[in-house]
Amino acid sequence: MDIQDNKSTLEVAPRNAEKIKKIWKIAAILLIVTLIEYVFAFNMERGVLLYSIFIGLTLVKAGYIMMEFMHLKDEAKVLVWSIMLPLIFLVWLIIALLREGTDIFLMRW
Amino acid sequence: MSTATTSINLSSKRGIWGGGNEPLNASYGKLMMWFFLLSDIFTFAAFLVAYGAIRVSYPPYGGPADSFVGSNEYWPVPEMVFDAIPFVHGIHAPLVFVGLMTFILIMSSVTMVLAVEAGHRNDRKDVTKWLLWTLVGGLTFLGCQAWEWGHFIHGTDGGATITFIGNFGNMVSETVFGANLSVNEYGPAAFAQLFFFITGFHGFHVTIGVFLLFLAFYQAAVGVYERRGHYEMVEKIGLYWHFVDLVWVFVFTFFYLI
Repeated sequence: MDIQDNKSTLEVAPRNAEKIKKIWKIAAILLIVTLIEYVFAFNMERGVLLYSIFIGLTLVKAGYIMMEFMHLKDEAKVLVWSIMLPLIFLVWLIIALLREGTDIFLMRW
Repeated sequence: MSTATTSINLSSKRGIWGGGNEPLNASYGKLMMWFFLLSDIFTFAAFLVAYGAIRVSYPPYGGPADSFVGSNEYWPVPEMVFDAIPFVHGIHAPLVFVGLMTFILIMSSVTMVLAVEAGHRNDRKDVTKWLLWTLVGGLTFLGCQAWEWGHFIHGTDGGATITFIGNFGNMVSETVFGANLSVNEYGPAAFAQLFFFITGFHGFHVTIGVFLLFLAFYQAAVGVYERRGHYEMVEKIGLYWHFVDLVWVFVFTFFYLI
């Protein structure tokens, strides 16, 4: 085919209204979850409970973005696990560094 | 007619890892993008966990949130630091601007999925349209972040009295306005350092994303992908762009909410 030829050669499939509707639905979920975070931020005392709620809602948003927007749930199971399993290392990192930080606090003050 | 012409004996008993197929069922480029993003998750996680570690090493601000004053003796309350919005001066609007930024980035992520979806349908017109919207969202976000940084660096009208160790090892007590890497009016020096590094690293990713989006937009518009026969590049850049949104979700929670 001539490289200069700019005419459409691919067959254009029609819009799938259902798919597009689902994308907007997930967008609405993400925005609503963010709004819920704001409601909690201004109506609750700071503390472990509030922070747990924030982290939980963040993980909900992260799940929707990775599974739906990045289509991770449609990938092969092996690929999904090769992305998710290495994240286990982060559990150690979080525990170790927060412990370290607490100890520095006790030394300083 | 011809029978098997291959010299390799393909046994049907071969397992999924026996070769001759694609066990992960993804193209090389997409697979490598995923693994790059995994490594990037670790980088951002290291930043955010370091934020957590440094934060718990300082005492939290004890008093009621609305009488908060900046001091390097304790960690600041983020909603009292990030409470400014452009064009109106001196109004206390906690987290409103950063909420707008979150909204912009989530919406640009949505238009990106729509571009990827259009790519699956080989619809050049829709791909270019949605990529252009995503590009607008990305640039708007960067503009917002530039303003956010500008405000953070220049500080408030009153500033805060901070006592710190000066250049000659002496104790200095002075009114500080805004922030730099060694002293800031909001909290300990580490607070501004972490702000610059974490949001800066994220903004750097957004900047690269905007370049990639422009590339995809241009190539889609002139028909490069049509000649190539598929829109996989849009999908790969889409993965990167969603990742930028994903990171922001975490930065938003850990830096602005908690």
